[in-house]
Amino acid sequence: MTGVSKPPTLGRKIARGFTRFGGERAAQLVPQARLAGPMPWVIAIMVTLVVIAAAGGLAMRNVAGSARAELAGGATVQILEALPQERERQARVVEQLLESSPEVASTRRVPDEELDALLEPWLGIDADNQAVPVPALIDVRLRGDASKDVLDDLQASIAQRAPSARIDAQASWLAPVFGALASLQYLALALVVLLALTSVAAVWLAARSALGSNRGTIEVVHMLGGTDSQIARIFERSIGFDATLGGAVGLTLGLGAILLLGRQFAALGSGMMSGGALGWLDWVIIAAIPLLAVALAMLTARMTVLAALRRML
Amino acid sequence: MNAPESEVVTFDNVGLRYGPDREVLSDVSFTLFPGSFYFLTGASGAGKTSLLKLLYLAQRPSRGAIRMFGTDVITLARKKLPAYRRRIGVVFQDFRLVPHLSAYDNVALPLRVSGVSEEDLRKPVADMLDWVGLSHRMDDRPATLSGGEQQRVAIARAVIGRPDMLVADEPTGNVDPDMALKLLRLFEALNRLGTTVVVATHDVHLLKKVPESLIMRLDKGKLSDPTGALRYPPRPSGPRERRS
Repeated sequence: MTGVSKPPTLGRKIARGFTRFGGERAAQLVPQARLAGPMPWVIAIMVTLVVIAAAGGLAMRNVAGSARAELAGGATVQILEALPQERERQARVVEQLLESSPEVASTRRVPDEELDALLEPWLGIDADNQAVPVPALIDVRLRGDASKDVLDDLQASIAQRAPSARIDAQASWLAPVFGALASLQYLALALVVLLALTSVAAVWLAARSALGSNRGTIEVVHMLGGTDSQIARIFERSIGFDATLGGAVGLTLGLGAILLLGRQFAALGSGMMSGGALGWLDWVIIAAIPLLAVALAMLTARMTVLAALRRML
Repeated sequence: MNAPESEVVTFDNVGLRYGPDREVLSDVSFTLFPGSFYFLTGASGAGKTSLLKLLYLAQRPSRGAIRMFGTDVITLARKKLPAYRRRIGVVFQDFRLVPHLSAYDNVALPLRVSGVSEEDLRKPVADMLDWVGLSHRMDDRPATLSGGEQQRVAIARAVIGRPDMLVADEPTGNVDPDMALKLLRLFEALNRLGTTVVVATHDVHLLKKVPESLIMRLDKGKLSDPTGALRYPPRPSGPRERRS
């Protein structure tokens, strides 16, 4: 030890800078638990659940969207007449009237065999059409949407010559299904929001805990002239690293679950389910979830640390 | 309110209380001048640590005024305090080294906080560790160093940024008498470069080791001025009295 010798001098310009304190050296101030700690795994679980919930919500939206598009210009005319000859007469009249209407693109009389097949599960193979009258059905494809005004006009035009005819938009038959799909979408959205809030709470707790266990170091950095932003950045970086690891693991697990579920639904061979396939924009949204999780975790950590530091001088 | 930096620190009727209890510091008024060496003495519980906390801006007083480097630091915005803290070096009795950093990284910390690049800080840190006689322990963590070595690392950390004022709270409390004297010599060497040094100690023998020093004595939160060197308001100009 040199003791009384003159201490080494340091240029004032260097010592008094206020440039950024960050990077690996700054991060060393807070010991990292990395994968040994719970935070990456908590975030991984959250991201997995959010990815699955978001994929489910997007698939529901696609199912509803494709069904709506398919049914948008469709209408069905029912001839609710008990007497077969009169029912047949009104059906022919309605077909003629509709085909001459400028609103209508095409019509198709649903054959009796098709109706029998539809009713077979309920009425049996040899159902007596005389005993159980079945309405005649005509599928109508409109040039535009099956709006209430268009349907009211058509109904008025056929009512006089076919009083037993009733026209309905095909979409209205599926209104309860659309309602259920919308509910599932809202449920998925609510799950995403709840999981995001849970993640925020988890990060808040982790940041508070890290602040508590590193209080001595923080006081030293403060005493050395460290700013709140510098200290917050250290924690932000630490939790950002954990969130990146957790996000990557969570995305991988979530994608695995989506692909597995997608394969199972595809195997059902249902036309409606095939409309729920995810598009490229959906995949972009899903891929953005871990990035948003990292940003949310870092922002939460920063806000938590800054709020705690403000209580110190 | 800014004033010329003819005084490093001025306390004017400062009082400090923690919660509803009685004041731990009461009507404290003094001036510290650039380049002086002060001992702050007093029995345990006299308020030395509280006074030092006010000096290194870890605490605001309950009443009174404090000017530091020509600025009223009581009304100073919180976000501006770091700039003033960087002009103050602090040494603690319990060292307060960051336990998971090496001696080198502990000493480099103030420079890194100030944004000095790794390239620029390498030599100053190595020189500083050499000055305190620890260049051979630069890669060791505090837990593996002796009390005297840890205190020397703490001193190196406190002075590497060439502070305008060095505040030391019982720096020799955890070291043997020989090491205490060596540490004191480090403070003297720094003081000779113009740094104002304030050393809190209850060891009266230490006071005699620095003949040029001025003494501030605290007794139950009241400051006495046995040398008459802490007069407040300060003289407009002229030499300050020193203890002979």
